[in-house]
This record gives sequence, structure tokens and C-alpha cells, in this order.
Amino acid sequence: MKTAAALLVLLFGGLLVYASLEFPAWGDPMAPASRHVSPHYIERSLAETSVPNIVTAVLADYRGYDTMFETIVIFTAGVACLFLLRIFGRRSSESRLYRHLPTGITLRISRGGAVPLSSKEFERIDLQWVPYSVVVRTTCRLIVPFSQLFALYVIAHGHHSPGGGFQGGVILGASIILFAIANNLRASLAWFSEKLAVLLCGLGVSIYVATGALSFLLGGNFLDYGTLSKPFAMGAVAARSLGILMVEIGVGITVMAVMVHLYYGLASAGRHDEGL
Amino acid sequence: MEALWEQILTKANYWMTIALMMVGLYAMITKRNLVKKIIGMNILQTAVILMFISIGAKRGATIPILKHGDAAAAHAPRAVDYINPLPHVLMLTAIVVAVSTLGVALALAVKIYQQNGTLDEADILARQVPRSHEGGP
Repeated sequence: MKTAAALLVLLFGGLLVYASLEFPAWGDPMAPASRHVSPHYIERSLAETSVPNIVTAVLADYRGYDTMFETIVIFTAGVACLFLLRIFGRRSSESRLYRHLPTGITLRISRGGAVPLSSKEFERIDLQWVPYSVVVRTTCRLIVPFSQLFALYVIAHGHHSPGGGFQGGVILGASIILFAIANNLRASLAWFSEKLAVLLCGLGVSIYVATGALSFLLGGNFLDYGTLSKPFAMGAVAARSLGILMVEIGVGITVMAVMVHLYYGLASAGRHDEGL
Repeated sequence: MEALWEQILTKANYWMTIALMMVGLYAMITKRNLVKKIIGMNILQTAVILMFISIGAKRGATIPILKHGDAAAAHAPRAVDYINPLPHVLMLTAIVVAVSTLGVALALAVKIYQQNGTLDEADILARQVPRSHEGGP
């Protein structure tokens, strides 16, 4: 089995190496990939969209449809994770651990037992609980606001520097996941609830589609942001850059919400109760 | 010998990604643990992404963000000065799709583990066989 697999893989690799002998040399400016539409993008995108970052311009304007359905792919992944994993109710959790804060005693309440209601005296802790590290929590508290600010910068400044909705959304999601890892899943859920995550998944896609539909209603093609110049009182080229920003914000919201939702689902095996 | 050295220098990027692809494909075929298979799939995706990014490279060119200061705005951008932005766009979305497939694959792995108590492919198949004899077609 292993030998057969190794032979198969070597065969594929050998065929690919053989094919690569005909490929253009690395870094060749006249390679076929760099001659078709790419010169148009490089030479015309600033004049046509007023966005200096060509990647952003191509992503959200020239290939707007592609990115829209890419966003829907992410949304679908979030929804698929919800349907695959989510378990409602608490029939699966066998027992719970509570710590009595004044005395420091840990109580194990087995299945069916009465659960303390007052949260002032009792603190719920995970079954596989490890003592919190003050260093980790404090560092997390310091890092999270700055990483979120940086994420917003990456989204908003994606026109002029490397960045955009996908990158900024991932950083925004990572900040919330960092909070969940440094504290626990319940603290994170109290801050950024599952309902909010699912709502934002859909909201981001809706913003994207609504931007496309708005330019459609104003008399242009779907996702033809040039027509946004009428309601926003700006030139057609500047309106394209505005349309790209709106679309990127939608992408960022969806990516953030899906990242967080995937983490919630995977870390707790769908129970959203206790996990990593 | 000179020609071979020339080939190695100009095709090294493709060969590195091919090597990475072989690692991923081998892991996907031979590993019995499903999570290791998923990791193999991710390595394969990374190899494809790196290959596309290396196709976009141009000798002597800079990143595809146009210089747009007061002095630079005077002359129009030339295609030879900036690397090809198209592979970057395609791979930006491909990375996100890779993350989405990873998330769904891990969700399926969690579900399989809950049902079978193992992630080992052979053990899962061994548990499936008697069931299919009872009520299967």
C-alpha cells in the first residue's frame, strides 16, 4: 500500500517535473501569464477605479462576481459547520464543575443534579480545567484591542496598502479566538454570542449583494459601482473606489463571523458549552 | 552540465512546489488518521497556492501597488515595473476557500469521532462492514 502510493506520487511528481521543463523561467516578465489581461490591470486600474492597490481593484471590481461567490463559499462553510456540529440542549454534558469562590472548593455536579443559580458565589469551570495564567490573560487583554484596531486599518486602508476584507476579517476573527483561548469559551460567548456570529455571517454577504444590487437599481450592471456616483455625488471613478470599500467591509464581516463560528463549533464539538 | 544548471536555476520554484505537492498527496493516500489526511490536503493546497504565486513573479518588479504620490502620478504605470496581480487575487480567494474546506473537514472529523470513537480509517471501516450486511442492499 505504502509502496504503491509512493510510486504513484513519484509518477505524478515526475510527470509534473517533465511538464515544468516547458514552463517559462521563474521571474520572466514575458511569461504568458503576465501578458494577457495583467498589463491592462497594472496600467489602467488607477485610472479606472482610483485604487492604487491593484489586487484590491481586481478582487472587488474586475472580478467582483468571483469574490461575491467566494464570500458565499465562506458563508456556506459557516452554515455547514453549524448544521453538522451544533448540538442544542445539555443532554450530552455528563457533569459540571463549579468553584465556590469564597472558599475555593470545587464542586462536581453529576448529571441531573441541581446546578447553583447564583453566579456571584460560584464560578463555572471546564472539566479539563487548567489554572489560568495571569501572564496569558493580561497579554491577551493588551493584544486584543490593538489587533482589532489593526484589523480595521487593514480593511479600511486596503485600497492603498496590502490588505482588504479577507485579511482584515481574519485578523478580527483571530482577536476574538485569542480571547476565547486565553479565557474560556463561555466568556467569549458572552462577549460575542453565537447569535451575533450567525447574524454577521449573513449580514456581510447581504452588504456585498446589496452593493451590487444598488448599482443595478441605479441603472448600471450588477456590481458596476460607477453608477453609485449619482447618490453619493462624486465622480464615476471615485464611486468605483467607494463601491470597492463597501464590498470589502461586507467581506470582512463575513470572514470574521465565520472564523469565530468555526472556532466555537470545532473547539466545543458543537455544544458551545465548554471547550479549549 | 551548463544546461542542467540553467534548468535548475529557472525552474526551482516549480520543483519546490511539486515536492510539496508530492508530500501532501502521499499523506492523503497513506495516512490512516483522518486528521493527518486533512493536514495532507492542506499541504497540497498550499503547494498549489505557492505555485500560482511564483508564476506571478517578474524579475526586477515590485509588489502590485501603484506608486501614487505627487511625483509618481506624473507618468503612467508600466506593466514591467509591477508583478502580475492576477495570481495574487486568485490565491487570496483560494486561501479563504482552503480555510473553509479545512473547517468543514474538521467538523466532519469531529462528527465521525463522535459516532465511531476513533479517527483511524481502518477501524471506522471495520465498524461499518457488519452494519451494511444487516440492512444494506
